[in-house]
Amino acid sequence: MVEKQLMLGSEALALGVKLCRPQVIAAYPITPQTHIVECLAQMVEKGELSPCRLVTVESELSSISLVLGASAGGARVFTATASQGLALMHEILHWVAGMRFPVVLANANRALGGPWILYMDQADSLSQRDTGWIQLYCASAQEALDMVPMAYRIAETHLLPVMVIMDGFWISHTMEPVEAPSQEAIDAFLPPRCDELKLDLDNPQALGAPSPSDTFYQIKREIQEEMERVLEAFPQYAQEYNQLTSRSYRLVEHWFMEDAQIALVGLGGITGTARYTAQRLREKGIKAGVVFPRSLRPFPGQEMRRLLKEVELVLVMNRALSPGMGGQLTQEIQSTLYGLPRVPQVTDWMAGLGGIDPTPWAIGEAVNRALKGERKIWTDRPIGAKRL
Amino acid sequence: MDRPSNWRQEAVEIPREELLRPGHPACPGCGAAPSMRLALKALGPKTMVVIPASCWSVIAGAHPNFSLEVPLLHTPFLSGAAAAAGLKAALEAQGDRETLVMAWAGDGGTYDIGFQGLSGAAERRTDMLYVCYDNEAYMNTGGQRSSATPVGTRTGTTPGGKPEEKKDLLNIMVAHGVSYVATATLAYPQDFLTKFKKAREKRGFRFIHLLSPCPTGWGFPEEKTVTIARMAVESGAYRLMEWDGEEWYTTRQPSFRVKVEDYLQAQTRFAHLTGQELQEIAKQTAAYWEKVSRKE
Repeated sequence: MVEKQLMLGSEALALGVKLCRPQVIAAYPITPQTHIVECLAQMVEKGELSPCRLVTVESELSSISLVLGASAGGARVFTATASQGLALMHEILHWVAGMRFPVVLANANRALGGPWILYMDQADSLSQRDTGWIQLYCASAQEALDMVPMAYRIAETHLLPVMVIMDGFWISHTMEPVEAPSQEAIDAFLPPRCDELKLDLDNPQALGAPSPSDTFYQIKREIQEEMERVLEAFPQYAQEYNQLTSRSYRLVEHWFMEDAQIALVGLGGITGTARYTAQRLREKGIKAGVVFPRSLRPFPGQEMRRLLKEVELVLVMNRALSPGMGGQLTQEIQSTLYGLPRVPQVTDWMAGLGGIDPTPWAIGEAVNRALKGERKIWTDRPIGAKRL
Repeated sequence: MDRPSNWRQEAVEIPREELLRPGHPACPGCGAAPSMRLALKALGPKTMVVIPASCWSVIAGAHPNFSLEVPLLHTPFLSGAAAAAGLKAALEAQGDRETLVMAWAGDGGTYDIGFQGLSGAAERRTDMLYVCYDNEAYMNTGGQRSSATPVGTRTGTTPGGKPEEKKDLLNIMVAHGVSYVATATLAYPQDFLTKFKKAREKRGFRFIHLLSPCPTGWGFPEEKTVTIARMAVESGAYRLMEWDGEEWYTTRQPSFRVKVEDYLQAQTRFAHLTGQELQEIAKQTAAYWEKVSRKE
């Protein structure tokens, strides 16, 4: 039997990074991500990551710029951030993706101010949807570990940057039993970075030079096409990883969907609560299931349509709002389902913002209201973190 | 004092190897292009260059053209120093300690938007060379005020002349405790090459400031670039100097045969200044050199 250790989500993610043998890490603190870079700093201090260079920078603008430069030097790179930090990186996120650097970044989801807010929602990562980064969401500490090798495998195979995203606090600061894969398993899954997208003294070239419009258009087209190849290849990477580590990851995670009439759709930790709730609803005769697209970008539209086309109701559990439009995830789901011969009712539920905790009770209430035909739901008495 | 203030530098041979190709798209008379040419002659081919948004983003060539013979990473405006530090870390992690990483930025990318990254990389004693080629305004966008713009200068965003003094970046860099700080300009290639060679040999964070005349932005004929740089030095408006860890040394004593007013009046960016304002600037320059001579 494989031994499990109790650890924080952020510690599990840092362990995942260690197993991938990074060469350059940029570290800058921000709640609720700080544990990740602290863990990595301790590993570097103990010599466990040698010859990795951990650079303690002066802002997230510099952490993402630093890994951009390090990636151009051919290194396997890592940085972590959250919330305001990810928002601050925005300009450089576009640059990293446009330049096709295989950067891996961890984000511990946290709302964006103002006013000041420390608690979890997904406004930070969903606001970066269109930057050209792959986004992989995690619903447990174990997944936070496992998605890091997956992220590097995808990033370095397809030359696209990847964000590994977990709920701030509810995963980052929660202890869970975690089973660490062996170094041998990860080494077998993830060979050293070997692409040629790097500066080379023997073959001097410019990376990122001003480009004519047709070249730029082609670059963006190639990114789109590569994103589609990631969708095609994901099941193969998942299968390899699952075999090496006895896991069961899929491109779209789903539970109880075989005969489901109601689909609860969400990203990350909320899908755990939804699974529990679906089971309680089934005890009452309501056939609920849960759908969790592991990857928001590229969006697995085909698989989502396959899972959702037969249900009566899709309740989208949003944790990010596009003011003036509604839940951001709802827009993804609606555009995916558009054009089906029979489109199920899609209800846009603002499940939680700024630390509002979508409890099983709240999910149940939203299901009841959606079953009565409501298309847009805000929880009337949301439960969240206490006042400071 | 270990050496006299007007110590003579030994003649340096200018390497024949060209690492800047001809045919680059710099404006005629641009000071920044020959500055890169000289810098790379001193630094040699084991150099990687990082350039944030600046005129040099263009001079290096639009894809598929490329004017350098050494590898180059283009970055967003504020990323120069941090990206260079990352590149250096990547090389070190892969066992390469020899390749020099040079960030090459304009005054906007150094004094203003890139300042945070510059300060961070310097404070961490990053093993790299940072060069600011200072044309004293945002010239790639047609000439707007930066904090490196001298007092009185007319720019697109200071149509009445800039009220504030130029930021004293050199002493700010010294205050970071870096390994080497120097100024240079293309009009004095011996002095220029000596400093870049010195910077190449040192370890830790090295900073070189270049006065880089800009004919279109400063308003002088394009064949006068070297003359203008020479007038800046000989009038005392720009001091060629070097920080050796304890003191500033003047590496070339100005003759003062050129008056500060003549240097200013040779450029249309100062054409609006009154005689009194010109005199005021000249007086401040004289007072500065008075202080320097007392120290040296």
